[in-house]
Amino acid sequence: MAGNASRLRTHRPPRRRLTEPAAVRWTLTAIALVFVGLFLVLPLASVFIEAFSRGLGAYRSAITEPDALAALRLTFTAAAFAVPANLVFGVCAGWAIGKFRFRGRGLLITLIDLPFAVSPVISGMVFVLLFGRQGVLGPWMVEHDLRVVFAVPGIILATIFVSFPFVAREIIPIMEATGTEEEEAARVLGAGGLQTFFRVTLPNVKWGVLYGVILANARAMGEFGAVSVVSGHIRGETNTLPLHVEILYNEYNFQAAFAVASLLALLALVTLVIKTIVERRAAITESPGDPVESSEWVSKSAA
Amino acid sequence: MGIEVRGVTKRFGSFVALDDVSLQVASGELVALLGPSGSGKTTLLRIIAGLDHGDAGSVLLAGEDATARSARDRGVGFVFQHYALFRHMTVFENVAFGLRVRPRAMRPSDADITRRVTELLELVQLDYLGARRPTELSGGQRQRVALARALAVEPKVLLLDEPFGALDAKVRLELRQWLRRLHDEIHLTSVFVTHDQEEALELADRVAIMNHGRIEQDGSPDAVMEQPATPFVAAFLGSVNIFHGRLEGGAIRVELAASEIERMNLKAGDTLYVKPRKVAGR
Repeated sequence: MAGNASRLRTHRPPRRRLTEPAAVRWTLTAIALVFVGLFLVLPLASVFIEAFSRGLGAYRSAITEPDALAALRLTFTAAAFAVPANLVFGVCAGWAIGKFRFRGRGLLITLIDLPFAVSPVISGMVFVLLFGRQGVLGPWMVEHDLRVVFAVPGIILATIFVSFPFVAREIIPIMEATGTEEEEAARVLGAGGLQTFFRVTLPNVKWGVLYGVILANARAMGEFGAVSVVSGHIRGETNTLPLHVEILYNEYNFQAAFAVASLLALLALVTLVIKTIVERRAAITESPGDPVESSEWVSKSAA
Repeated sequence: MGIEVRGVTKRFGSFVALDDVSLQVASGELVALLGPSGSGKTTLLRIIAGLDHGDAGSVLLAGEDATARSARDRGVGFVFQHYALFRHMTVFENVAFGLRVRPRAMRPSDADITRRVTELLELVQLDYLGARRPTELSGGQRQRVALARALAVEPKVLLLDEPFGALDAKVRLELRQWLRRLHDEIHLTSVFVTHDQEEALELADRVAIMNHGRIEQDGSPDAVMEQPATPFVAAFLGSVNIFHGRLEGGAIRVELAASEIERMNLKAGDTLYVKPRKVAGR
């Protein structure tokens, strides 16, 4: 108590500066930088260094080789199916879960998370067990001359499965946070269900939707495990970019493997840039301005 | 257009929000639903609007049974407690919304919509803010945008849920007087919910006092103040000062405790003032 009182008497600043000694600060910063360098910058740089290790010509031939181009095409095809499927499903599920209370809502949320919880290899296995020659639907599929496993449809299915939750997960919290008052207002003003959805609900979550689509696309293009199980690794036919990288690597064709890998790395970098732009735009349009409680209108009305 | 609520009951699980409530609002009347939170006043307002539906009872608008009609087809204007403005639209588009979503055959032309919205924004004295977004407005301004938006569809009934609840005291008072003037001008049948007795008594033609899902008393501000029907109403409408006294020869002698005389430093010949506006006996 006595110490307290004496401190009050001497006019010291009321509290210590909220900072650590220089040595501690520098050490922590250094640790963080080393960590980032070791685990993020170095691997990324090494991909590009290795990719260009035999010059530009070798790089170009590695990524324009027919099998690589086929893999690139297949990757884009899978994403072209997975992302729109995700968009439609995600918006529907997000809307239902975010705006309504119904029986089985909790179960639905859990189901949406399933593809995140299950190992991708197991998701791939599920499709093999379902559609493979020995699978549940196998005999029927053979009868009708349909091929899913070790063919493009299987890859698309597996890609849809692993990227399933992204859009829904992004927009459910936004839908819940915005509440249902604006929808109620729209309804009282005479808007129908679709009008309310497209004019009020969707515009309020558009940045979340875009963000989810970007993440889903990144996952769809980068997926390895699930696709690897269903693909069958047929060169030029059922190889996606990540699978193609693996094959090249296993053939000790390191330079080509890294060249193709650099395409994926570039894709990731582009995704990050778009994501940052979207986040910034969203922050600008959704930032609440400075609501000033002015009574200027009162003087106007009095006049 | 009048409103009639007949025997409406609403339960949320085991909680009875409204218990056989009946209410009549005459055409052009301004009625306050007054009560503590949880008394069912907002639920009643939402049921009149069609945003909630009672478990029993019916709602009549202009003498027609509207119980089965959706909020969309009831022709009511609703002002939400937190305004519920469309945050991604400008003030102008907020007010225009109700006109833009009309079926093509009933939709006014763009020029008509612009004219109507401009008129309404002038009515609420915000015509200079049409291009702003709701987040850029003060609470009082948002409230008036919400009002203009509700009036845009030419509702036959205006329902307001705690219209001044989220505003600071000064703005609240001014907006209140402004709303009363507006009502005197356009004579729109209106019901508003409030927990502020002063607001209800000053603004409304008639006050319905609610408690535990029932209407305890329904009458003019003077009637409920002077003749509270139940102890709840008497207690809710204001703290009561009780003087105990004795009737002697036609006059009541009120005794003041010695401690009170001492506290107020009273001397012989002093006059004693009692502030509340009415003295009632029982």
